[in-house]
Amino acid sequence: MSPENYLYLSALLFTLGAAGVLLRRNAIVVFMCVELMLNAANLALVTFSRMHGNLDGQILAFFVMVVAAAEVVVGLAIIVTVYRSRHSASVDDASLMKL
Amino acid sequence: MSTLASLAAETSTSSGEAAQFWVLGPIALLGGLGTVLMRRAVYSALCLAGTMVILALFYLANGAYFLGMVQIVVYTGAVMMLFLFVLMLVGVSSTDSLKETLKGQRWLAAGCALGLGLLLVAGIGQASTGSFTGLAQANSEGNVQGLASLLFTRYVVAFEVTGVLLTIAAVGATLMTHRERLERAKSQREQAEARVRENKHVPPLPAPGVYARHNAVDLPGLLPDGTPSELTVNPTLRARGQVREVHQEALAAVRALEQRTNRHHGRAEAPGEPGGNGGAHGANGANGVNGKGVGAGSAADDEGAVTDAEEARK
Amino acid sequence: MIGLLVGAPLLGAAVLLVGGRYLERVGHWVATALAAVSLVLAATLFFDMLGRDGEDRALHQHLFSWIPVADFQADVAFRLDQLSMTFVLLITSVGTLIHLYSIGYMEHDPRRRRFFAYLNLFLAAMLLLVLADNYLLLYVGWEGVGLASFLLIGFWQHKPSAATAAKKAFVVNRVGDVGLAIAVMLMFTTFGSFAFEPVLAGANETSEGTLTAIGLMLLLAACGKSAQVPLQSWLGDAMEGPTPVSALIHAATMVTAGVYLITRSGAIFNGAPDAQTVVIVVGAVTLLFGAIVGCAKDDIKKALAGSTMSQIGYMMLATGLGPVGYVFAIMHLVTHGFFKAGLFLGAGSVMHGMNDEVDMRRYGGLRKYMPITFVTFGLAYLAIIGFPYLSGYFSKDEIIYAGFSKGGAEGWLLGGVMLLGAALTAYYMTRIMLLTFFGEKRWQPDAQGHEPHPHESPLSMTIPMMVLAVGSVGAGFFFDQGETFVHWLEPVTGLGHGDSPVSHGMVALAATGVMLLGVAGAWWQYGRRPVEAVAPSGRWITRAARRDLLQDDFNHAVLVRPGNYLTRGLVYLDHKLVDGVVNGTAASFGGLSGRLRRVQNGFARTYAVSMFGGAAVLVAATLLMRAV
Repeated sequence: MSPENYLYLSALLFTLGAAGVLLRRNAIVVFMCVELMLNAANLALVTFSRMHGNLDGQILAFFVMVVAAAEVVVGLAIIVTVYRSRHSASVDDASLMKL
Repeated sequence: MSTLASLAAETSTSSGEAAQFWVLGPIALLGGLGTVLMRRAVYSALCLAGTMVILALFYLANGAYFLGMVQIVVYTGAVMMLFLFVLMLVGVSSTDSLKETLKGQRWLAAGCALGLGLLLVAGIGQASTGSFTGLAQANSEGNVQGLASLLFTRYVVAFEVTGVLLTIAAVGATLMTHRERLERAKSQREQAEARVRENKHVPPLPAPGVYARHNAVDLPGLLPDGTPSELTVNPTLRARGQVREVHQEALAAVRALEQRTNRHHGRAEAPGEPGGNGGAHGANGANGVNGKGVGAGSAADDEGAVTDAEEARK
Repeated sequence: MIGLLVGAPLLGAAVLLVGGRYLERVGHWVATALAAVSLVLAATLFFDMLGRDGEDRALHQHLFSWIPVADFQADVAFRLDQLSMTFVLLITSVGTLIHLYSIGYMEHDPRRRRFFAYLNLFLAAMLLLVLADNYLLLYVGWEGVGLASFLLIGFWQHKPSAATAAKKAFVVNRVGDVGLAIAVMLMFTTFGSFAFEPVLAGANETSEGTLTAIGLMLLLAACGKSAQVPLQSWLGDAMEGPTPVSALIHAATMVTAGVYLITRSGAIFNGAPDAQTVVIVVGAVTLLFGAIVGCAKDDIKKALAGSTMSQIGYMMLATGLGPVGYVFAIMHLVTHGFFKAGLFLGAGSVMHGMNDEVDMRRYGGLRKYMPITFVTFGLAYLAIIGFPYLSGYFSKDEIIYAGFSKGGAEGWLLGGVMLLGAALTAYYMTRIMLLTFFGEKRWQPDAQGHEPHPHESPLSMTIPMMVLAVGSVGAGFFFDQGETFVHWLEPVTGLGHGDSPVSHGMVALAATGVMLLGVAGAWWQYGRRPVEAVAPSGRWITRAARRDLLQDDFNHAVLVRPGNYLTRGLVYLDHKLVDGVVNGTAASFGGLSGRLRRVQNGFARTYAVSMFGGAAVLVAATLLMRAV
């Protein structure tokens, strides 16, 4: 088996996550789909690391994880705040920025 | 661990790894699909967690031992827990409608996702070489040591910056969810005194209806005339739209029974039957937010009725 | 000294207009006094001039440099030669008399002070016109005359007809003014100067085409001011002004300006025979036009206006003849100034006694009620029809003789036209006389039931009439005695002698003959039998003449209506095309923005789709680049 299969899996997972972001209205689920995309990217990075025989890909994946953790904290805080003020976690309800 | 290491050190994959991939890969995909398609956010979160665990295993198989562990501990352990906490705040058991409300959004999204996926797959297929170097040399001093030597030399600036980022994120999240109290919280004694002074709800609020068929806090108690009392249900549940009304369930059951009977006897349902009325009631009840608005309007009436009922019980 | 001539009435106008109510009671006397000052100054200068020889008589006075810009030098400078002197004397004397007359005529008008201010302004502008030493300053006077006439014709501005008449006079004059402006510009580009001397001296060395162009433009200007065909239409309506204004416009100022302009620019016309021919044609046509209109009008002032037009036509024709005619044109102008002023003042006196009735068919038999008016009017009448040895006889006969001396068929044609004009003059003037002063009394109570009580006018009105009557009777004889006037003007205008196929005596005889014919015709129609108080409908020629030979209809059809259509078309184009393009651009941008705005629907997921689409395109582009 070639490690490229990991890359195909990564591409499929990434696409799934993207579709989820576009299709779901619940902000939390949207957020989870974003995490899925990040994880797919991480898988690709790790595979690249193995294919090239150095650890830079893993370092990058590590940074992605750290940033994702920070993002989750802030993002969930935003969701909670929005939910408190609007009693809704739907991304479609927060559509006031239109004419 | 040693077998895994030897696996990753190879310049070609073993059949064991192939087996692992072909078993776990589809499961990971199913998990991703579940994340996207589950109506309940909790199920989505659990599917995602499963996918993440499988990805952690793939990291291990690819020689990223440290990342595999971090994936399990940080992602699956911490981040997903955070998601579940927030889900509980927002309402665990609420389900999302998967019906699309934006015109054309579904087709556009499907088109974009499909196009992107095809492009990525095509790109990978075009760039594939079929051979790879393997991490035998890079991991020769151990994966963690290798990462550390990179992290604290070449990537040290980025590493420090991520530290700052995490700190800012923690402070920011705290600041954002923190609500400043404008006045001192009333003590229980003060609240009781205020109730007496206003002559409103002097006794405790009426209890929810308990009919031994649910956990019951989401079922309002019925007034003597059979209408539900708004006061008996916790306002938080009502805000989430999780209040059920037993009298409507009873009506729905009666209607279902009548329908079955009719079908059994081969009769057409006559118009203006109680079924029609029941349907109207059901529409009212299903709309939780609306029900709350109506309830607020008639709260004063209900209140008197409840106190009457309670006095009669004594 | 010369500056004071213009300055005195100008000062009067300024003082009266600025002074306001404080001068209400003395204003008219101030104005008359200042006009008289001008007259005295003019007389002094005149006798001073007589003391010098013919060639040295011209005086120049440079007041100040007006517009000194490199080659563009315009000065406020005056030139007083024999031609200017003639005009100055006529303007100041007739002007002063009319001022005097107006004191009585405008006695009851609440805005009398203003009226006198305008009269002074009129005088000042006209004096500036005839005294200017260059064409630019002349243009200033020219416009000043236009302004003053506008103010005076529309003096009774509460009457819509007066306001309209003033506007009409101003607009028609403006057409002529454009001609003068173009002529002045042409002069500057051709001669590099505005002053009379370089321009007139340079005319000899200039091509005939340029001179013809300048001459035609000058003629256009003269037509506007002197009410010649085709710019004659304002004169009849100008009768809406108070009668002294009519007298002033017709006798001393305004309409004589055109004749002055052409005579002054004689050197230019002498070098442009084509322009001269056009002047002759215009004069001849106007001569008959005015006479025919004068025959048909029942309004006494409009009949006299037709007469003025006709007489100015004589003068224009004479100026068109060149040096043969200039002197006699000016001579006729002066005598005409006297008798036409007398006629208008007489008409004013009649109206004054008849409750401002102007319809001659409502007069009749007034000689018993207004003896002084009758006598002075009668003398002026005899003068204008060319009764032997009265002033019109000398001046008009000389013009007719000059016309014959043009020579050949043209000479016979011009002489014939002028004799026909003389007959018509006699006819319409006799008609006025008969209708006004002879026959039965035909007046009736007016709408308020006031029966007019004809009475003689006060002395302030009759004295000017008497003076003018004396002038009408004696001026011609005085001028002709030993050819005084000819010798007087010759240094300025030059004098030519044509070879006439007929002798002086024969012309005089023929003129007197047609005059008697005209008188007899008028008597045949109006003297023999009572006149109807309401005008009969008449034949087509009469009806057309009553409508001023359809001049207004012509102007309306040829100028006004196409102008209206053009304006409407332009407005339409402006709305549809120019505004359409501008508004269309704005609207299309607005519409496009309205459509594009929908893209911003506020839903984060829609934005996310576009982001993913963009990312997909980027990936595709990258792959494509790598594949290539």
